Amino acid sequence: MRKIRVLAAKPGLDGHDRGVKVIAAALRDAGMEVIYTGLRQTPEQIVNTAMQEDVDVIALSILSGAHDYLFPEVMKLVRGKGLEDVLVLGGGVIPESDVPAMKQAGVADIFGPGTATSKIVDYIKQNVKRK
Amino acid sequence: MSSFAEQLASWQARLDKSLAKHPERKKQFTTISGLPVERLYLPAEPDQAYADNLGLPGEFPYTRGVQPTMYRGRLWTMRQYAGFATAAESNRRYRYLLEQGQTGLSVAFDLPTQIGYDADHQLAQGEVGKVGVSISSLKDMETLFAGIPLAKVSTSMTINAPAGILLAMYIAVAEGQGVKADALRGTIQNDILKEYSSRGTYIFPPKPSMRIITNIFAYCAAEVPQWNTISISGYHIREAGSTAVQEVAFTLANGMAYVQAAINAGLKVDDFGPRLSFFFNAHSDFLEEVAKYRAARRLWARIMRERFGALDPKSLMVRFHTQTAGCSLTAQQPKNNIVRVAFQAMSAVLGGTQSLHTNSMDEALALPTQEAVTIALRSQQIIGYETGVTDTVDPLAGAYYIEQLTDEIERLADDYIARIDQMGGAVEAVEQGFIQREIQEAAYEYQKAVESGRRVVVGVNQFLTQEPPPKDILRVDPKVRLEQVEALKKLRAGRDNRAVQAGLAALKAAAQGTDNLMPHFLACVKAYATLGEICDTLRGVFGEYHAPTTI
Repeated sequence: MRKIRVLAAKPGLDGHDRGVKVIAAALRDAGMEVIYTGLRQTPEQIVNTAMQEDVDVIALSILSGAHDYLFPEVMKLVRGKGLEDVLVLGGGVIPESDVPAMKQAGVADIFGPGTATSKIVDYIKQNVKRK
Repeated sequence: MSSFAEQLASWQARLDKSLAKHPERKKQFTTISGLPVERLYLPAEPDQAYADNLGLPGEFPYTRGVQPTMYRGRLWTMRQYAGFATAAESNRRYRYLLEQGQTGLSVAFDLPTQIGYDADHQLAQGEVGKVGVSISSLKDMETLFAGIPLAKVSTSMTINAPAGILLAMYIAVAEGQGVKADALRGTIQNDILKEYSSRGTYIFPPKPSMRIITNIFAYCAAEVPQWNTISISGYHIREAGSTAVQEVAFTLANGMAYVQAAINAGLKVDDFGPRLSFFFNAHSDFLEEVAKYRAARRLWARIMRERFGALDPKSLMVRFHTQTAGCSLTAQQPKNNIVRVAFQAMSAVLGGTQSLHTNSMDEALALPTQEAVTIALRSQQIIGYETGVTDTVDPLAGAYYIEQLTDEIERLADDYIARIDQMGGAVEAVEQGFIQREIQEAAYEYQKAVESGRRVVVGVNQFLTQEPPPKDILRVDPKVRLEQVEALKKLRAGRDNRAVQAGLAALKAAAQGTDNLMPHFLACVKAYATLGEICDTLRGVFGEYHAPTTI
């Protein structure tokens, strides 16, 4: 069986990468293949990498407050490239009141500070769309 | 024994002289019940080991603090990091904080500013004014400090890759107020090495970045002598997940790299050494943190004296700012963060900090509201004025646990520094990804400890409650970017563009050569060249840094 492939991505100028690296390590320990983009990725770069690497999941991490602009930008490109079967998740410092708008844009779910990595592992296993 | 007695007598004699000029806060210090509190408590019979390892406050190896009277003379500077949206809005927050009894300013810049992009740059979309104030030109800086007397306040600026340019803007604003550069007090963070390993706002590769930093050291030694030219920062290393030992080790290793670079550039250690400052994290393990600050002071004093031959006492001292640990704040039950922050702040005070930022309870959710910032500032005032811990120097000295932990942290940090030395120093250790890997392994270990329940985080993995998410959070209006874009258009149309081009051309030539870049930054900003234009000129000469991915 093919392993679940995840792109861990840092959109925008935010330099906080502790969370994304911890989650990348946890997903890898849970048997997934993880590609990490590194910092300062544009939405175009992220979606192109997702296509090239043929991932099942894009996990976006942002703590700078720019999610309100950048997450919908990523989702526009995801749809534009016909990647609707890729599961897109968001994490970081994202106020509860912004979550509905992020979901409306097509992000499947948002995981805030204090989320256990095991919860994210389970969520991905249950919700990954490509089998 | 007798030699320590002599040392003590000479310390006392010098202190008496300086107290005659600068008395302590009170004539007599007493506990809340009226018992007398002495300035300094010592072992009954101080031995040679005591003299070598602890000594007297204000004297080598500075374990007990960098001033002889510590907070009996003056409390630390209460300095809340703030800035968001536009310069005008941040200016209002600064004036509010000063009215509330804050004693220094600390400027947070947004990410485009920190990475040298103007607000109208493509990559600035979604980021303008979000994590700090947006500054694209001297015009914004003039608005930011309008009505704030720069001769009187000290200002800390969290700016790294473009630190020299923002400092040049600050000098230019001061000139406009009729204040000379030699009267300015404050700090630029200017610590690029921890940006590569932990914080991410780098622009140029290490070599030209180190050159800009040594240019700033040299310029300020001559022109802005009271300015702290760098704040060598463990804070972000710790936030990225390091242990306390790693925080000390990697911070001091970075410090050593700057000192070596400046010496290699022909500067004398005692010309720039006194203006080096430090920045540490106050995390949740209370007594470990107290020991950490004491160990960092002693280790740096030894390194500066033994390795670099520094003689000026000010070159040997770790003067440091502290911020409570943002990564310890929980989004769950956010009011609990008030208590966490108070303990963390107390550890910094017991560890002898020179200035302090206390985090606000809502920072795991968004930027802090004014109410939350006020409580955070009040927490410092309660520690300073009510608890009594400020009435005697280094009150925890001599506790068996504190002294052993201080020794242990110093020893283990020194081991790390030896390993980094073998790699060729901190620049090489960062380029090889060593420091990044060490930090991320520690971060993952910590996460596993929390998830397995081995480490309890109240409200997160124990003592949970169901609660509605808080409603009052601060939001930055997206129209801030549009306003900034408009303002930039006007600026570019209204300024003398020939002067701008001439300034940038001269800067380019200087960057290609070996001249100090600071006078060129000053000329460019005064002509209202934008931050982005200046940084693009430097990008053209120096190139950009591309980080190794280390997972």
